[in-house]
Amino acid sequence: MTVSQMNFFERIVYLLQEYGPSYLKGAGATLAIAVVSTAIGCLIGFVVGVIQTIPVDRKRDSLAKRGVLGVVKAVMKAYVELFRGTPMIVQATFIYYGMSQVFDIQLGMWSSAFLIVSINTGAYMAESVRGGIISIDPGQTEGAKAIGMNHVQTMCYVILPQALRNIMPQIGNNLIINIKDTSVLFSIGVTELFAVHRSVSGALYTYFESATIVMVVYLIMTVVCSRLLRIWERKMDGDANYELVDTMGIGDQLRTSNIEKRAERRKR
Amino acid sequence: MMSRGEEILKISHLSKSFGSHGVLKDIDFEVCRGDVVSIIGASGSGKSTMLRCVNLLEEPSGGQILFHGQDITDPKMNVPAYRAKVGMVFQSFNLFNNMTVLENCIVGQVKVAKKEKAEAHENAIHYLRKVGMDSFMNAKPRQLSGGQKQRVAIARALAMEPEVLLFDEPTSALDPQMVGEVLNVMEELAREGLTMLVVTHEMAFARDVSSHVIYMSDGVIEEEGTPDQIFGAPRSEKTREFLSRFRKTTV
Repeated sequence: MTVSQMNFFERIVYLLQEYGPSYLKGAGATLAIAVVSTAIGCLIGFVVGVIQTIPVDRKRDSLAKRGVLGVVKAVMKAYVELFRGTPMIVQATFIYYGMSQVFDIQLGMWSSAFLIVSINTGAYMAESVRGGIISIDPGQTEGAKAIGMNHVQTMCYVILPQALRNIMPQIGNNLIINIKDTSVLFSIGVTELFAVHRSVSGALYTYFESATIVMVVYLIMTVVCSRLLRIWERKMDGDANYELVDTMGIGDQLRTSNIEKRAERRKR
Repeated sequence: MMSRGEEILKISHLSKSFGSHGVLKDIDFEVCRGDVVSIIGASGSGKSTMLRCVNLLEEPSGGQILFHGQDITDPKMNVPAYRAKVGMVFQSFNLFNNMTVLENCIVGQVKVAKKEKAEAHENAIHYLRKVGMDSFMNAKPRQLSGGQKQRVAIARALAMEPEVLLFDEPTSALDPQMVGEVLNVMEELAREGLTMLVVTHEMAFARDVSSHVIYMSDGVIEEEGTPDQIFGAPRSEKTREFLSRFRKTTV
């Protein structure tokens, strides 16, 4: 029986038998690019978002520091606008061919893929992180300043952990978008899931059947990822309950008296 | 006047304006070791702004703030190092929401004061016990009542072992029962000789606990003196009027 004589279900079974490993490999590539690039993109986003929210103190910061900060902020603003404002499929072609033609750097298909999706995600994440930071109650910053924390300490220990929790849904969004949008990378020849679909359906004219398989695989990947992220979020929230602690052990009493002695000595 | 301890803070000719709106005008006063200075006055009189200027959460527009004789409004001043020695307790608590009660009291000691973890841990428990919150050390701020949060905030400030502790209306966000538990802690600290600068609407605290009372009105210090002077024989007409309104509501 040839493919053209089969019905819909027979064709699907046939495609899975013949090209199952190819689809799986494509899905693996898609997932690898999406997960790694989302992680790197988040890192970029955090750096850019944090730099963009550095406060400028006209009185205490030197002119040089303010100048450098101004230039860095302007460059980052341009980066965000450029990569948010252009389609990733064009960016992919632009960078992949531009690197070799203009700078004579042979990046290779795979490194280009990771690079493009990472910096694209970074541009979106920068804005999410900035939003996450400015959404934290200013009282948190004041509380940190009041015990003597500088800007970096305030960010690392107080603001960013809370901002990260708040932008977790955004990170999930970006991961899911990336799983789907890596499909544009076929344009530079990366054999991810969509590229597999194109070659299979191109060879056998089974567009509908192959698309069905690919739809299901994409859906499984995105649903599993979003579930995993939800679990991670719940873990970040911590336990809803807490245990009362009895600190009145004898050892503690001894230590407390030591602290009082130390305080006495300090006064003298 | 009674002899006072070593001078810690000296505020002179302090002024603050937001745009063309002058909030503080020519404020002068000192805080000496062991003083408990209460700042009273109507809402909008500039009390909180003044207190926030003292640890530079607001940048003063003019005048000087001397800490052991050193002008902290100098642009070259290391502000975080200064703030580590001047604690602050806020009306809205401002506990770090991502940390437990214990971590709130440890983080500043370890990251800012560079203390050993073990010592910081002991210290934190010591001060949490002092405010009666040691058994809650594993709780997160969102799991506590307002009064409990404020007591933890006091312990966090004390754990830095500040030379002077600023209180910005520490009981204004609390219901009457919780006000009591926080005021008791503050009274205990005052008895132990902690230097405190307290912006408050609690007239009984100002009268009974403080060593010095400042009455502010429209951004200036209208009158200052001992609690007996201010509450017993106020010289200014404005002070008398302000206090008479309070006498009607508090027994």
